[in-house]
Amino acid sequence: MKIAIPIDENKEDTSICTSFGRAPLFLLHNTETKTSETLKNPAADATGGAGVKAAQFLIDQGADILLTLRGGENAAEVLLAADVQVYKAQAGLARDNLTAFLEGKLDKLNRFHAGFHHKQ
Amino acid sequence: MKLAVLSGKGGTGKTFISVNLAAAAKNATYMDCDVEEPNGRLFLKPTKVKSASVDTMLPSFDETRCKGCRQCVDFCRFNALAFIKGKPKVFETICHSCGGCLLVCPHHAITEKWHPVGRIERGSHEGITVITGILNPGEASAVPVIHAVLDDTSAHEGHVVIDCPPGSGCPVLESVSASDYCVLVAEPTAFGLHNLQMVVELLMLLQKPYGVVINKIEATYAPLEDYCAQNGIRVLSRIPYSKKLAQINTAAEVAYEQDEESRKRFQALLQDIEAEVRT
Repeated sequence: MKIAIPIDENKEDTSICTSFGRAPLFLLHNTETKTSETLKNPAADATGGAGVKAAQFLIDQGADILLTLRGGENAAEVLLAADVQVYKAQAGLARDNLTAFLEGKLDKLNRFHAGFHHKQ
Repeated sequence: MKLAVLSGKGGTGKTFISVNLAAAAKNATYMDCDVEEPNGRLFLKPTKVKSASVDTMLPSFDETRCKGCRQCVDFCRFNALAFIKGKPKVFETICHSCGGCLLVCPHHAITEKWHPVGRIERGSHEGITVITGILNPGEASAVPVIHAVLDDTSAHEGHVVIDCPPGSGCPVLESVSASDYCVLVAEPTAFGLHNLQMVVELLMLLQKPYGVVINKIEATYAPLEDYCAQNGIRVLSRIPYSKKLAQINTAAEVAYEQDEESRKRFQALLQDIEAEVRT
């Protein structure tokens, strides 16, 4: 099982990023091998549709689970169609969220925002 | 002459100025590009209204032809396409109808289908051609409807007055792009000045000539006057806050037609702008 978390920095005690689609990096943790890798988010600087692109990136990386503070409804549509389960993370360290999830302490995220694009 | 009336801040009186400038210009065309809330028609009450649909194109996939090469997904700079569980998916609110995905698909799996996003209405009021853009609720982009309004060339003999949406984003940029001169309507408040500055910045980028109308003045707001003076921005008109104008507006009447003082003011304003455009 692969768990993805949007993160701010490439270091062990990085905080979880407040944005999903525009997070600079993703942490991808493999529960079978107990290894983690840091991936650059190709959607971080997208002019639009960042949520869709970031979600596509994660499903292409084989993510099964996403831990995030929030997410847009377009990203949710991609993730849910690909059977990625989205859980509501808590602000703070990425690794604390990973531990909390593995201990079954996080709830499913079932509210997604309508996005920020085209709000002129 | 094409005049764009804009403000940055909403509620400053764009429609009030636009409608009355169109009335002063006689055989003019009034174009309502504030397509999310077009209300010039409430004042001009156009008759003989004809409506036409505004549609954009969306890609449509033939799944039997799609080989999953994802060239369309990679090509789309708006990220409106995804490929999930072996199937392509379009995000309609993100798509900009550029048609690029059709061109790059090596398997001819993509065609286009029409998608209605709004409509335009054409009518007339006392010799003024009234063109109104109306965006369907829930649509993400106002730009296709604004283009349809601006592209309407049914009756452009006299002046064209373009009533722009509020703000300084894409819909405003589109509405202003075809104009010869811009009229910026500002309220004498800190908020009014702040948003005026944003629109001034936009017009400097677009290199459009412009002047300011200060509307609803109860007392002189020095920072606004100072800003205009320091930046060499011409104040074309100062319109006092008046109970009479408020009453005419709330009755959805055209001040130019109801009030002698307003008639003179808007005639003078139009002549001023004509002189500015000539120089």
